[in-house]
Amino acid sequence: MVKVELKHVSNRYILQNVNLTVEDGELLALLGPSGAGKTTLLNVIAGTTDYEGSVLFDGVSVDDKPASKRNVGYVLQELALFPHLNVFSNIAYGLRIRNMPLTEVERRVDELLALMKIEHLRGRYPSELSGGEGQRVALARALAISPSILLLDEPLNNLDYSIRRYLRREIRRIQRQLNVTTLFVTHDVEEAEEVGDRVAVIVGGRIRQTGNFEEVSSNPADEEVASVLGFQNVWECSKCRRIWGELYEVECKGVKVVVSCEGGAAKRIAIPAREVYIYGDEPQGPQLNTYKGTVKEILFPSPSTAKVKVDVGGNMLVAELSMEIFKSLNLWVGKEIFLKLKLKSIRVYT
Amino acid sequence: MRTQRTFYGALPIIMLIVLWEAVARLKLAPGNFLPPFSLVLEELFYMTVNGVLLSNLARSLARVMIGFSLGSALGIAVGIMMGYSRVMHELLNPIISFLYPIPALGWLPLLMLWVGVGEMLPITIIFICSFFPTAYTTATGVRNVDKRLVRAAETLGASPKNVLKTVVLPLALPTIFTGLRLEAGMAWRVIVAAEMVAIPTGIGALFMQAESLIRMDIIIACLMVLAIMCFLFERIFQYLETKVCRWVKPYGQG
Repeated sequence: MVKVELKHVSNRYILQNVNLTVEDGELLALLGPSGAGKTTLLNVIAGTTDYEGSVLFDGVSVDDKPASKRNVGYVLQELALFPHLNVFSNIAYGLRIRNMPLTEVERRVDELLALMKIEHLRGRYPSELSGGEGQRVALARALAISPSILLLDEPLNNLDYSIRRYLRREIRRIQRQLNVTTLFVTHDVEEAEEVGDRVAVIVGGRIRQTGNFEEVSSNPADEEVASVLGFQNVWECSKCRRIWGELYEVECKGVKVVVSCEGGAAKRIAIPAREVYIYGDEPQGPQLNTYKGTVKEILFPSPSTAKVKVDVGGNMLVAELSMEIFKSLNLWVGKEIFLKLKLKSIRVYT
Repeated sequence: MRTQRTFYGALPIIMLIVLWEAVARLKLAPGNFLPPFSLVLEELFYMTVNGVLLSNLARSLARVMIGFSLGSALGIAVGIMMGYSRVMHELLNPIISFLYPIPALGWLPLLMLWVGVGEMLPITIIFICSFFPTAYTTATGVRNVDKRLVRAAETLGASPKNVLKTVVLPLALPTIFTGLRLEAGMAWRVIVAAEMVAIPTGIGALFMQAESLIRMDIIIACLMVLAIMCFLFERIFQYLETKVCRWVKPYGQG
């Protein structure tokens, strides 16, 4: 397999001095909001867009090679299956272009159909496939050419939640089995966490942080990375007052929050939505970082989670709850509730 | 189901023929201006047997075939170049869009002077009438091929030539065929008009001779033959289209 490096890659429109390494056989999740340059980055590696800087496969520059000579397996966001070819011919496309003998093409395609568990789709046309089936065919087509690197552009978008979860594991399984170097683009934190060996966060055309997921999520480099990672609650704050040791009290629109930080002078704090605790009645115990708020909006991003937007003295706070807890709380818009922020979960930016 | 549909389709035609025959036989039409259907059929049979119809039809058919195949072949070639190369498109598009709207018969007076009144005249007219629309629809078909499919083919290793052969052309075919089908019918309409005005042979000329002899039965017989030719031509292309583009689902099926 192949190690892929990007050195000082810039692109007229979005990318700015990107340096990134995908190790041999690794699955790197590229996480970023829409418009961050994720797809452009894949296009640079695939050679389908112009760029400055250098792309290296195993230390050898491929900058002069056109897309057709780079041997990259690219699953486009829209799949782009050939509508005039059936599943077999779609998967065989790259092999036929390479003039592989027909018996060998058949053997290879059957192998991939088995690997993807889609033998029954062999003779169907793309218009006769479901989203998840199309996804597997596109993946098989990209893998057929034994690519140096596999590029997956938000491959699980537009699929039902349960299929997403399933395919995510499938992609992981297949990637491990073939040990193919993979770059997996997503805007979904959960996906990045589950699929990636490592994660790279891209915002505004720059790679902001790279590392394993725990590392990055427990210590986001800046507030934009924090917001990409699901710290939806970023509050501006003023009046930083030292209480004791590394404990400071900051004020956000009149709401006092105790935070722990080195050096003080906090300008913004970020609170992960999953670390906000909601109570129907006033909670027992110490009242540190406990507030009264009003429920403003309730959303259901997936069948198993609820997002509750709460107004806390003019600051908006998003709390993410599991469905079980959400149901037990019996919340409605306009209800007054109590919430608590865990001291350890609050990130401070100076 | 299918026979039932055929029956419903044939019903109004049968009724029209019966009505026509009745009106003509009962002399409900003024003067002798509507010959009965049976007489028209008789004349059609007679003209077929004595060869008048076939020799004229053969001439028209040959003109249509030559002009149409040359015009559409060149049209497809130019259309592919225009659709595939940006430069070619910039160069040719203004000319094509400028000349395309001119009705084919509008060229007739000019061509009578340039080409002369002879076999080349109807062929040239048909050529023009086929070339511009085919070039136009082909270019559109090629340009409308999803660029993402092109990109997918490239990353799978396809050279520009391969992309054209395996992706762009197959996907542009339905559009090209739709253009050809419409043009095939149009060619017959144009050839008749050209023959009526300028050339003393062919099915259009037969019309004019019948008119001067006040032979309504011949005129109507010729009209029927013409309708059948237009219909057959369009049907042949429709058939080819479904054969070549089997992956395109007909409307309402998916």
